[in-house]
Amino acid sequence: MEFGTLSIQQLLSGYQKKEFKPSEVAASFLKNISDKNEKLNAFLQVRPDETLSQARALDEKMSQVEMLPLFGIPVAIKDNFLVQGWQATAGSKVLSGYLSPYTATSVERLQSMGAVIVGKVNCDEFAMGSSNENSAFGPVRNPWALDRVPGGSSGGSSAAVAAGLATVSLGTDTGGSIRQPASLCGLVGLKPSYGRVSRYGIVSYASSLDQVGPFSRTVWDSARVLEVMAGHDGMDATSAKRAVPRFTEELKAPAKKAFTLGVSRSWLEGVDPDVAKAFDSAIEFFKKMGGKVVEIDLPHTKYALSTYYLIAPSEASSNLARYDGVHYGYRTQSAKTSEELYSKSRGEGIGREVKLRIMLGTYALSAGYYDAFYLKANQVRRKIQEDFEKAFTQCDFVVSPTSPSTAFKLGEKTDDPLKMYLSDIFTLPVNLAGLPGLSVPCGLDSNNLPIGFQMIGKPFGESELFAAAHQYEQIRGEFPVADMAKGRG
Amino acid sequence: MSLEKYEAVIGLEVHAQLMTASKMFCRCPNQYGSSPNTNVCPVCTGQPGALPVINKKAMELGVRAAIALNCEIHPESVFARKNYFYPDLPKGYQISQYEKPFCTQGYVVVQLKTGEEKRIGITRIHFEEDAGKSNHEAYGTLVNLNRAGVPLCEIVSEPDMRTAHEAGQYLRALHSILRYADICDGNMEEGNFRCDANISVRPIGTEKFGTKVELKNINSFKFVEKAIEYEVQRQVFAIENGEKIIQQTRSWNSAKNVTEVMREKEQAHDYRYFPEPDLPKLVFSSSWLDKIKKEMPELPQQTSARFKAAFDLSDYDASVLTSSKELAKYFESVVSHSKNGKASANWVMNELLGRLNAVGKEIDLSPVSSTQLAELIAKIDSGEISGKIAKTVFEEMFATSKDASSIIKDKGLVQISDPAALENVIRKVIESNPSQLAEYKAGKVKLLGFFVGQAMKETKGQANPALLNELVKKFLDS
Repeated sequence: MEFGTLSIQQLLSGYQKKEFKPSEVAASFLKNISDKNEKLNAFLQVRPDETLSQARALDEKMSQVEMLPLFGIPVAIKDNFLVQGWQATAGSKVLSGYLSPYTATSVERLQSMGAVIVGKVNCDEFAMGSSNENSAFGPVRNPWALDRVPGGSSGGSSAAVAAGLATVSLGTDTGGSIRQPASLCGLVGLKPSYGRVSRYGIVSYASSLDQVGPFSRTVWDSARVLEVMAGHDGMDATSAKRAVPRFTEELKAPAKKAFTLGVSRSWLEGVDPDVAKAFDSAIEFFKKMGGKVVEIDLPHTKYALSTYYLIAPSEASSNLARYDGVHYGYRTQSAKTSEELYSKSRGEGIGREVKLRIMLGTYALSAGYYDAFYLKANQVRRKIQEDFEKAFTQCDFVVSPTSPSTAFKLGEKTDDPLKMYLSDIFTLPVNLAGLPGLSVPCGLDSNNLPIGFQMIGKPFGESELFAAAHQYEQIRGEFPVADMAKGRG
Repeated sequence: MSLEKYEAVIGLEVHAQLMTASKMFCRCPNQYGSSPNTNVCPVCTGQPGALPVINKKAMELGVRAAIALNCEIHPESVFARKNYFYPDLPKGYQISQYEKPFCTQGYVVVQLKTGEEKRIGITRIHFEEDAGKSNHEAYGTLVNLNRAGVPLCEIVSEPDMRTAHEAGQYLRALHSILRYADICDGNMEEGNFRCDANISVRPIGTEKFGTKVELKNINSFKFVEKAIEYEVQRQVFAIENGEKIIQQTRSWNSAKNVTEVMREKEQAHDYRYFPEPDLPKLVFSSSWLDKIKKEMPELPQQTSARFKAAFDLSDYDASVLTSSKELAKYFESVVSHSKNGKASANWVMNELLGRLNAVGKEIDLSPVSSTQLAELIAKIDSGEISGKIAKTVFEEMFATSKDASSIIKDKGLVQISDPAALENVIRKVIESNPSQLAEYKAGKVKLLGFFVGQAMKETKGQANPALLNELVKKFLDS
């Protein structure tokens, strides 16, 4: 039996009917990973014995399927999460060989609810990138077209699920790193509200923007993963003390069926024609359901890119100071002084894009520049938040394409950072505003590449987001699967 | 020399470790002396993905310090990152407070040896986590992270002090207040109370500050005073010699009694402070602040006022007895058992502290416990022993830690208050000194003292002095 393209819901139903056991499912995924990963380079570490022993332990508990909401679900984890016993490289040479001494809260919650980890997956170094070409361990390829990027920074997470090598995966999203690769790989990708999911145990990139979220085939699956891992964590002071709704229960009987979508046409200029067409057709589906579309104004989103590239690098320059070769991780062999130990360990261990952002951030925080850059950027950030607050007085969601283009070719944008940064133009403001954003597949372009529809919700408005996206999914019908996910090899 | 033409401008920065059970941002024990790198976890060793969570007890102790030091408390303050690379700083930044500390504008009133009081301003107090410790050995540097993340309050004074004595008194007052309020144990040897001093000099009568020199990590009151005194002289001499004071960091060499250069004005260190994004704003609710105010332990000045009123003590006596929390506690315990405040004060200050000073011990290591001393005082008050005998007994108690009663019993030192026994002695003394008796009878009445003395000697000092006096007079006059 093939499990690669099944959803959580389908797997759980199979387990309930005793059609198969977790160990069979896990073994099948491991086999597919070993067959297909060479082409994709999505997985950086698999531990078949560990995975199988977890799965076998669940075989003994088949009666508990109902009690464990992720019973026997194969999950891939981005390599910037710490999972005890597994490596955590964050795609960087500076952390190559680093073994996690503890487990991230989000992962711990998944594991305690029956999820089985099939592997750690590739990503842009320290989650900085939009194509997964910044990994120290080589680029990941898009299962829909192997000469194209899967998006980034959670490219391994999106490629793994799109290729049928995991049922769901976890990623992190600081400026679009879940939604953009989900869009480029034809998946549902969710960046929850800031504070919804604990950040404890994810390698920090930009603390005030980072958020953990799932990749999945369906909205229901996304809701299921979120309801398991969300909620306050005593280990993360920025995690919200808010009750977590039973999202999947809510999907059974949504409170609202007709939604008002806010669109800012001026924001959407410069989008690929195919993407624009798919976006418009998605909006038509909502209208058919009785929904409305209103034009909204987001005047400050045009500053989102520059704001983001001051705030995120500033925080990163400090967050990444700990990778210094002194306590753990990569250490240079050629240092003669302690000064050299620092500069060479960091110089040799950290990649180009990350260095660029560290320097940018260091500069922005320097005495004499702080007010003009970091402080100003935070003021603009507040303005962007206010834009959304105002928009939400007129609409339930703000919608946009997730990314202005579909998956581009490897190497296509590596020489031009700005061009690369522009692929996150619609996702960045959402992180700056701390809002939940969900990307749901809404069509294919002329090259048969997936296009994503982004829905941006009110703070902690994931329930409504799921309800609307779920509704859309029902009307849209089943989304195609990458050829690679079908069958073996 | 022309020292008297200059005045010093001194400001102190004190790092006080807070007496919490656990560290500031994780649950590791805040404990000195454990094996290296055993009180550590992912948070305080700066592992990837680990995040800080605020220790509420540390906040409480900080607020207590703010109250004790008369500061304005800000209900909203912000943690900030201070970025720099050092091997004992595992995250590459220290979590501190910068633009928005939790309190500002306080003061301490200090007693000067002239008898005057001086108010020293406090600019601010902020929270900060301690770094680890680097031990530089011949073969390399060893890093111990047990101290990394231990909660600190940094207390920054105004440049209000003009002499080493003032600085010393400020430091002592601060030390005593923090210990009284159970904020910091004040142990300077373990580095739990550390002091940096900023010193400059200027010609008396001028307003402009001179170039300042920072003296780092001076670890005793005495050294602080000596180091400042030395540094002030050094600066004045330098200026008088036409040299320029260079902004630098110096340290005190206690073996040579000089300050030495540690580093020059380090190419203007830029710490790139910015608000700590892993922590929300620090918010104190007014009800929480009220609760801490209500639960404030008694402070030295309050204890001193209470002692003065309750036991009729002088300002001086009260200030000596409240100079440390342990001493005040000891004294209170003595009084509660002896029921004699004045005598207890005298015994503690004159006899006990004198002996302790002589052997270089603190009150908590006194060989005579408070209840033992109280027993001795009670025995004087009941007439069981004389004050004079009591001093002998006290010496023995101090040397052996034995109770007064067992020493009195073993040595047969009980006061003789039996008139019949004393009369025998008096009769003998009068009989053996006929000429003095004749002189007395002839009008030389001051010889009474001679007879009392002889009789006291005869009883080896054990006679009840008042009774003896009375009986001798009666015999001589009969």
